[in-house]
Amino acid sequence: MMEYVEQIIFLGVTVLFVFLIAKRVGIIRKAIGLGKPGMPQGTRSQRFREMMLVAFGQKKMFKNFLPAFLHLFIYVGFVVINIEVLEFIIDGLAGTHRIFAPYLAGFYTVLMNIFEFLALSVLLACVIFLIRRNVLSIGRFRSREMKGWPKLDGNLILIIEIVLMLAILTMNATDQLLQDRDPYYTETGTLLISSTMLSLFEGMSTEALVFTERFAWWFHIVGILGFALYVTYSKHLHIFLSFVNTWYSRFEAKGKMENMSMVTNEVYSMLGLPNPAGDTPPVEGEIPRFGAKDVQDLKSKNILDAYSCTECGRCTAECPANQTGKLLSPRAIMMAVRDRAEELAKSGDGENGKSLLNDYITKEELNACTSCNACVEACPVNINPLEIILEMRRYISMEESGSPASWNMMFQNIETSFSPWKFAPTDRFKWADKFNNGGAETTVTD
Amino acid sequence: MTDNKINIPTAAELTASGKEIEILFWVGCAGSFDDRYKRVTEAFVKILNHTETPFAVLGEEETCTGDPARRAGNEFLFQMQAINNIQVMNGYNIKKIVTACPHCFNTIKNEYPELGGNFEVIHHSTFLQQLIDEGKLKPKDGNPFKGKKITYHDSCYLGRANNIYEAPRKVLESLDADLTEMKRCRSKGLCCGAGGAQMFKEAEKGDKEINVERTEEALSTGAKTIAAACPFCLTMMSDGVKNQGRENDVEVKDIAEILGSSI
Repeated sequence: MMEYVEQIIFLGVTVLFVFLIAKRVGIIRKAIGLGKPGMPQGTRSQRFREMMLVAFGQKKMFKNFLPAFLHLFIYVGFVVINIEVLEFIIDGLAGTHRIFAPYLAGFYTVLMNIFEFLALSVLLACVIFLIRRNVLSIGRFRSREMKGWPKLDGNLILIIEIVLMLAILTMNATDQLLQDRDPYYTETGTLLISSTMLSLFEGMSTEALVFTERFAWWFHIVGILGFALYVTYSKHLHIFLSFVNTWYSRFEAKGKMENMSMVTNEVYSMLGLPNPAGDTPPVEGEIPRFGAKDVQDLKSKNILDAYSCTECGRCTAECPANQTGKLLSPRAIMMAVRDRAEELAKSGDGENGKSLLNDYITKEELNACTSCNACVEACPVNINPLEIILEMRRYISMEESGSPASWNMMFQNIETSFSPWKFAPTDRFKWADKFNNGGAETTVTD
Repeated sequence: MTDNKINIPTAAELTASGKEIEILFWVGCAGSFDDRYKRVTEAFVKILNHTETPFAVLGEEETCTGDPARRAGNEFLFQMQAINNIQVMNGYNIKKIVTACPHCFNTIKNEYPELGGNFEVIHHSTFLQQLIDEGKLKPKDGNPFKGKKITYHDSCYLGRANNIYEAPRKVLESLDADLTEMKRCRSKGLCCGAGGAQMFKEAEKGDKEINVERTEEALSTGAKTIAAACPFCLTMMSDGVKNQGRENDVEVKDIAEILGSSI
């Protein structure tokens, strides 16, 4: 029995983490499910193409080369090094050591060297990212919403990744030393990066090396499991959800706002005209709300957007309102939606008297948006903050009549004069007088 | 182009005389009422006349597309406007619409179909480019913009909203002008600050006006002509130039005006 202790502990730890992660996934699914159905159009091949280009291929990242390049290292490192995790799991369950090595022989050495090169790249990229976040004055990392947890979250992710990579390299270094001392340790061939660290461990006794190698192995695999759990609480969830999110991309012109068919019915009946699209049957039970006051009024896609957001701030950096000192930050909008959805999903259906509007997002922020689509264009994973802003404006206007006074004036002008400015509708065609009068009024200057 | 005697037929007149309306020129509220922007309407009408393009306008039957109402959240008002306009245009059997306003363009093109308005909608930048390509418009050899530095300010509702970046630039290039780009151009173009119904209210509290930020960038190119293709942009950039005290040596013009004075 004693010989299986390590395997039993490994199994126990893995099952525990899988359970905890599954529980979190349940909460996230519930949070996204709070929204209304209605996924965007687009054929499967269109969506697949978009996902491959934008999420897998990182097309939109490469608008800015340096961060894109460094991010690519971490991304490829993440994907490829996870192949090694497969070996970790088999070893952990079967009680073997480097089970793939004898089968792959020389190729194993190549593979391990690739992993090591990537581990080093990830490590360096994370160090540079830490410097960018904390030392250099890059505006998008210093915004108002990046204080406290979001800042810590960003740094923690980078530190965890550095530590995990150090664990891999330590494990490989001690393993290589042990290969000379104990035939149990399968030959891996020379591993270029970790062999530069050999001098650090050479003086250690065999027992201490075995302990260090085991410690690094456990640290790495438990670290990965722990990190996977951490990710479900963190902005780093984008590593999974950016694929889902780009799959559900919208393919319409960015300028198009979604039509509210609920309103179309009423407008046709007000005008005494039949609705050519046919009347949608009235909704049973609760009277639906116009626009969005809370996350339940948004679409599930909007909440999925929020969970896919990694708070990089490219949207906010491009936002004209934000650049000129207004309160609006598209990133803060996404963070607010996520926080509110998370709060509701965790608390069951307790409403707690709060709402997305006012408690999380203020009118001042919403009113500052120019609907210029710069945030939508900037997002590397096709998140759309604008749709949320405009949905909330709909609520403010139609349910609260709470639009700014000058907008209410503009509405009135359109209602009475059919123009947003207060001009007499009969003057609308006056511009043509100088032409139709046979050029009598020749004030045209060109 | 000095001829000011141009007949501008309304859809009602053409229909009454049994004629088909080939192209409807959607003038827009700014094009109808704004004193500065009426000059763009005039320039464009002269180009239509010069190229013998058969067109009509709705005249007093045209009303706001509803764009600012929709962006400010008033979906009811938007749909009232939209459905009314669609009724009028379908009544005249309108097939093709050209407009100089990117907001009207976006709304009619992208948002009217769901409400029963299916038209081929074309922005005047694309329309002008087509006229040039077809050889119907030829800028004069000694046109006033030849070799002159011009910077083009992208309209959000043309650019990001509808992916039209090249047409207005091709129009300006046809003048052999020295087209100088701002750092933030095309898909990264900075908004003038007026979209999303901001045109109709004061900006929220901040430390700078968006149009000033954008105008500074335009002026830093050294161009003496800032070209726009949107009535809101034109107003915002003109105000920005005044704010910088440069209205005497820098002019803000619509591409139709620039092209119109070069043929």
